[in-house]
Amino acid sequence: MADILRVEGLSFRYPDSPKSAVSDFELSIPEGEIVVLAGPSGCGKSTLLRAVNGLIPHMYGGEYSGDVLVAGSSVKSSNMRDLAQTVGFLFQNPENQIFMFSVERDVAFGLENLGVPREEMRARVDEALRLLRIGDLAQRAPHELSDGQKQRVALAGVLAMRPKLVILDEPTSLLDPKTASELVALVAKLRGELGTTFVVVEHRLDLLVEVADRLVVMDGGRKVLEGTPMDVLFDNEAEAHGVAIPAVAKVQRLLAEREAGKAAAAKLLTPSALALAVEGRLT
Amino acid sequence: MIEFRDVSFVHQNGVRALDGVSLRVDAGEFVALVGENGAGKTTLVKHVTGLLKPASGSVLVDGVDTRAASTAQLSRKVGVAFQNPDHQLFSETVEEEMSFALRNFGFPPEVVRERVSWGLELFGLGEYRRSSPLILSGGEKKRLTLACILAWDPQVVMLDEPTVGQDAIQKEKLAGTILMLKSAGKTVVVVSHDIEFLWPIQPRVVVMKGGRVVGDGPATAIMQDRDLLASARVAQPQLVEFYQELHRRPGTPFVHPLDAARWAEEAMLP
Repeated sequence: MADILRVEGLSFRYPDSPKSAVSDFELSIPEGEIVVLAGPSGCGKSTLLRAVNGLIPHMYGGEYSGDVLVAGSSVKSSNMRDLAQTVGFLFQNPENQIFMFSVERDVAFGLENLGVPREEMRARVDEALRLLRIGDLAQRAPHELSDGQKQRVALAGVLAMRPKLVILDEPTSLLDPKTASELVALVAKLRGELGTTFVVVEHRLDLLVEVADRLVVMDGGRKVLEGTPMDVLFDNEAEAHGVAIPAVAKVQRLLAEREAGKAAAAKLLTPSALALAVEGRLT
Repeated sequence: MIEFRDVSFVHQNGVRALDGVSLRVDAGEFVALVGENGAGKTTLVKHVTGLLKPASGSVLVDGVDTRAASTAQLSRKVGVAFQNPDHQLFSETVEEEMSFALRNFGFPPEVVRERVSWGLELFGLGEYRRSSPLILSGGEKKRLTLACILAWDPQVVMLDEPTVGQDAIQKEKLAGTILMLKSAGKTVVVVSHDIEFLWPIQPRVVVMKGGRVVGDGPATAIMQDRDLLASARVAQPQLVEFYQELHRRPGTPFVHPLDAARWAEEAMLP
């Protein structure tokens, strides 16, 4: 399948900053994948994302080399208007991107700005509300909603633009665990139904490991680890790069070490499945 | 140190955010508030700082009714790092941001200087001393708000979702900071969805749902109460679930659930 995102030898240094925020970065993401981007704070994740949605170099000055291609077009020679229709961005705090008087108007905001014809706007807004199961909230004021609902409204606004690539910046961090796992299930569902590619920045991996195809770890502006989530979680280096290894993964790794010779674990076990596996090996 | 006496609060839109909350937190206690989005946790925190006053009932902080105290008086006693650090950062530089409250509280210039350096060092923000707070990452902003609060040494420290945007290494440091505050006799209240962060540091856990307190007890007891947590949309720590599953097996020796992983490691065949 074609790559929706290619980062080719990207380096970027902010003005007045002594060191590059991103250095010699390479990444290819095929269409339809769910990729998790992790790494310690200040590792360059946000800079990389800005280079994908075009804020870099269009809004930030600095020293830029290499290239970023989204759906085959170079970001630095694309305009922001075109990019906004290909790349959707969900900020960490939904309050930073919802501001209209009704949910419906909020979801339509991006489309209105693009001058999408009325009937088509109607259809796309309805579709986004339906996908996120918030049709019943259409006339409500966004500030009256719960955090989980706000998050879904913001995501509906992003999806109404029908982006091929959606970037989620710590989407579960403000959600209670139950609402967080519902959001992750929703991401998997949208990928299935629309073929949307997702890049998710996340420190909490326990939820996303289930649905992600790939985990990329950055540190010091560089890519330091890349592989299936299980490969990365079982890599001894991961923790040193600030990756939070889920508690069960540590026990599961011990179990895997004792089962040397068997194929590496394909997926993360649930706590109860892990308990069963451990029970079978107790003295 | 903090006492809620049958407190209710209704937002302007008619939502009842607190519904008859009674809660007492003694000096030196470390308490975690957990519960689903909209359960009333942040509203409760705002009552301690006096930003909100109860519609009925009363809130006492260090024996003083919050209705009788100014926000300035209360903030000397209670430092809060809110969920969204953008709501409380406003200075031109990181250094200025940290000095602001200290100067307002009347600390002499040399003390201000010392404490600013101490805070920036402790939270790994030294290199940003002369930068604008606005260029910091989300996680760094959260650390800066925490540094600002600790600098004026309040008796009560309240942290609303402190682990958001923090990587594993920073979370470990944050856990260390909380334990340090606790051993220094501070009262610490943490609001968090991050159960995996809370479990190893073993707070007293207060569970909220629909504006009410529905559970209250030591972490070991509350985190093993699967039904209570599920009703409040809170996940069980993975290792507690793992431990409970193993202990269904007859003859398994008793270990503290905190030690479940180590115990399993030692008991497994090589």
